[in-house]
Amino acid sequence: MSDGAEGARKFRWVGTRPVRPDGVDKVTGRARYGADLALPGMLWGRVLRSPHAHARILAIDASRALAMEGVKAVVSAEDLPEIRSEQAFVGEGPTDFRDLSHNVMARGKVLYHGHAVAAVAATSAELAERALAGIDVEYEVLPAVLDLDAALAPDAPLLHEDLVTKGVNPPPQRASNVAERVEMGHGDVEAGLARADVVVEREFTTRPVHQGYIEPHAALAEIGEDGRATIWCSSQGHFMVRAYTAKLLGMELSSIRVIPAEIGGGFGGKTTVYLEPVATLLARKSGRPVKMVMSREEVFRATGPTSGTRIRVKMGCTRDGRLTGADAHLEYEAGAFPGSPVTAGAMTIFAPYDVADVRIVGLDVVLNTPKVAAYRAPGAPMAAFAAESAVDELARRIDLDPIEFRLRNAAREGVQAPYGPRFKRIGHVETLEAARAHPHYRAPLLPNQGRGVASGFWFNAGLQSSADVHINEDGSVVVTSGNPDIGGSRASLAILAAEELGIDYARVSPIVADTSQVAYSDLTGGSRVTFATGMAVVEAARSVVRQLRERAAAIWEVDLDDVEWRDGAARLRAGAGREPLGLAELAARAARTGGPLAGHASLTARGVGAAFGTHICDVEVDPETGSVRVVRYTAVQDAGRAIHPSYVEGQMQGGVAQGIGWALNEEYLFDADGVMQNPGFLDYRMPVASDLPMIDAVIVEVPNPGHPYGVRGVGEVPIVPPIPAVANAIHDATGVRMRELPMSPPRVLEALEREG
Amino acid sequence: MKHHVSTTINGDAAEFLCEPGALLLDVLRDVLGLIGTKEGCGSGDCGACSILLDGRLVCACLVLAAEAEGARIETVEGLARDGELHPLQRRFLEDAALQCGVCTPGFLVAAKALLDRNPDPTEEEARYWLAGNLCRCTGYDKIVRAVLEAAAEMRGEVR
Amino acid sequence: MARVLLSGALRRHAGGRAELAIEARTYRELLAALEARFPGIASLIEGRTSLAIDGEIIADPLLETIPPRSEIHFVPRVAGG
Repeated sequence: MSDGAEGARKFRWVGTRPVRPDGVDKVTGRARYGADLALPGMLWGRVLRSPHAHARILAIDASRALAMEGVKAVVSAEDLPEIRSEQAFVGEGPTDFRDLSHNVMARGKVLYHGHAVAAVAATSAELAERALAGIDVEYEVLPAVLDLDAALAPDAPLLHEDLVTKGVNPPPQRASNVAERVEMGHGDVEAGLARADVVVEREFTTRPVHQGYIEPHAALAEIGEDGRATIWCSSQGHFMVRAYTAKLLGMELSSIRVIPAEIGGGFGGKTTVYLEPVATLLARKSGRPVKMVMSREEVFRATGPTSGTRIRVKMGCTRDGRLTGADAHLEYEAGAFPGSPVTAGAMTIFAPYDVADVRIVGLDVVLNTPKVAAYRAPGAPMAAFAAESAVDELARRIDLDPIEFRLRNAAREGVQAPYGPRFKRIGHVETLEAARAHPHYRAPLLPNQGRGVASGFWFNAGLQSSADVHINEDGSVVVTSGNPDIGGSRASLAILAAEELGIDYARVSPIVADTSQVAYSDLTGGSRVTFATGMAVVEAARSVVRQLRERAAAIWEVDLDDVEWRDGAARLRAGAGREPLGLAELAARAARTGGPLAGHASLTARGVGAAFGTHICDVEVDPETGSVRVVRYTAVQDAGRAIHPSYVEGQMQGGVAQGIGWALNEEYLFDADGVMQNPGFLDYRMPVASDLPMIDAVIVEVPNPGHPYGVRGVGEVPIVPPIPAVANAIHDATGVRMRELPMSPPRVLEALEREG
Repeated sequence: MKHHVSTTINGDAAEFLCEPGALLLDVLRDVLGLIGTKEGCGSGDCGACSILLDGRLVCACLVLAAEAEGARIETVEGLARDGELHPLQRRFLEDAALQCGVCTPGFLVAAKALLDRNPDPTEEEARYWLAGNLCRCTGYDKIVRAVLEAAAEMRGEVR
Repeated sequence: MARVLLSGALRRHAGGRAELAIEARTYRELLAALEARFPGIASLIEGRTSLAIDGEIIADPLLETIPPRSEIHFVPRVAGG
């Protein structure tokens, strides 16, 4: 399975750009997303949210609401079982189910403005909304902690009375707002930095930003009198939804069936649950199906952004551009509950470089702001902003081309990563060389324009996937798997099945099955679906190919070894004598030769290939307004092998656009009471079509030896380089170093005036 | 007191009852079952609910359902005719101009409105026209290419 | 004999040792040997880290065999998005 060897031969489908199988439904409005489903007798659910950033809940009285027209049920944390603090690894990353339960429905305390306190189900959305005013909650308001300094102060108000910093030995005597301290590295960083000819030490700050998926969270839950529940929802993993809902509600896994709707964007923000357990609870209490859809304002106020951060880096190099030491201190805001991506930030910050003496320390800090959720390469983009800006500064100081600087220090196969293991086959150097060779790198710049370069890294995930490949009686093929299709994965899986079976792509129907129809699959995220679910599809298809050879061998009365499967048919290896038997013929005879033809694979994918990208960004800065415009952008990335190049390019272009938005405009604005001031798309300003140029996506292929087709995950790497690429371009245009995000016009103007 | 509204949707007569404050977006989706038009923000900032009202591009979340009285409404469901996809729909598929697809209906309707007015837009004109439609997945590159190529096809040019 | 390289909290728990030679043919033997030398270290590893053997990261290493002379790291588990 792990040989990456499927590269020597020419492919029929891999690397081509066929139309996606679910495409017609999506361009005609037929495809059903989370909010597009309805059931007869359905109620609408709405959530009552905390008006305070930090308060004790003294009492909840829903009697007035229950007496209101159309109201059928009200729930709060009282309706949920208490969960002891318990780590359970379900899917990617550790999840504390007690914290998850308390985030879904506040118990004892509210920890951010917008925190869910209760929920109501009524016969219409309007009546449910009206009923919220009928739920009386008594609060004891507490002082709120809204920034890192306030959270870290020795006498800071505590969010969690029992939160003692993990990772400190001996453990602290008192609770604090620091959930964890992580440290990693090797060598002696002080000695390394002492050997440097040039040292750069800088501090960078970033604000929370939201994943910005266009589809708000939505769920429809129905529960029968036998206690069996069905949940329709859009998520990045319906097995995750089942597991989390079961855990939070104290239900048996087998009593919940989760049916995936199409999903309108996730980027990590839908790798957790908010509405699903609440809708199920309301359905149970009311005896009716309950539909819940978040408003855009709720999405901003109450679902996880990614962390705001403060990062100090110190890097040193010799006169001839060799890094001698790298030191970083990262503080990441987790929001109301522990779990910022500071560990991944620490692991990735210096990963593109070969540095013998490196130390990274990170803190996970809780604040009275929404609990953060994963956002595309969680933790890495902020870290890259810091390190790639520092690298750019070092390169300038010694008058060395920034790509050449990176080449002299690039992580390669055999180099020890800052988080420990040695890299296996990776393509960082190849992306640097491709960027340097690209015409963009030599194109002339106009006045007020500048060019920046940055590198980025992401590990990519393996995890568990299952797939079934069934042959219909007419020889057409069904490929069943359990991963929601966020960005074209049905097409990639169909390509892999068609390639393995040697048949027409159009004869393959890929299906995203629900939790009762396919074996377990970890979620869609971590850049893992084409890699891991693709691997399962390949394995299941190979199982079918073996069965097809067996059937042909039986029909021809020859040994199995005499039969090969080539170009979509069973053929006698040695010489002629038998007409090839294609899929249609063998399928037609399946009943008489042993039964239905079907293959299955369930695996934990190994052989993950880490991936790198190098980006080139040109900006134009208006010296009068501080406005920055991206005028040209080239993203180079190692995809290992691009199964469907259009969707690989799409991931690259989308990640770049998010990175540019993060760099230039996006931020959460809170007032002094912790209330978000810009919970809508007008003032939370994401890039629109007129903000961006065409984005040149250049795919480099350094096949991953761990995957049968050499695949590396592609979804997350592209959001890592853009922020520093833009920052470095602004410096090239103006001479000014931006170290605070976003680099919005007022901030750029202020920096120009300060340093100009 | 509910309003009785008679209107035309994608060429067919339609009627419904609605509260005075009801939004056209909610009636299209929850009463008439036309779920192709999506709600992304409810405040007219994302364009996911783009429809044509008497040929004019509007956000259905900003239109009262009662305003549909006597009007001609076109939604994404009306783009394909007689079993054939509109050139915009075909190019979106060929050019992989959608990833999650939730913004796609809004973009298709908005792009149709553009090409109804300006059959030969420049890239800049297309980008500014479509600035009212948010996409978080694609970075707009393939969307703009698909729109320009559909325009060329509709002008009878082969690209 | 495997070369076990430690960083961060694990290194501190092992009294500052960055590199250890451990006799173990399986992951379970490795954990047991480490726990015997540094009581309490297993709770920092089990369920909290992935195992890297010669650069290959294995998220669920319970059944892993450890080849002789392999280089072992414990890598924090991280979430993607």
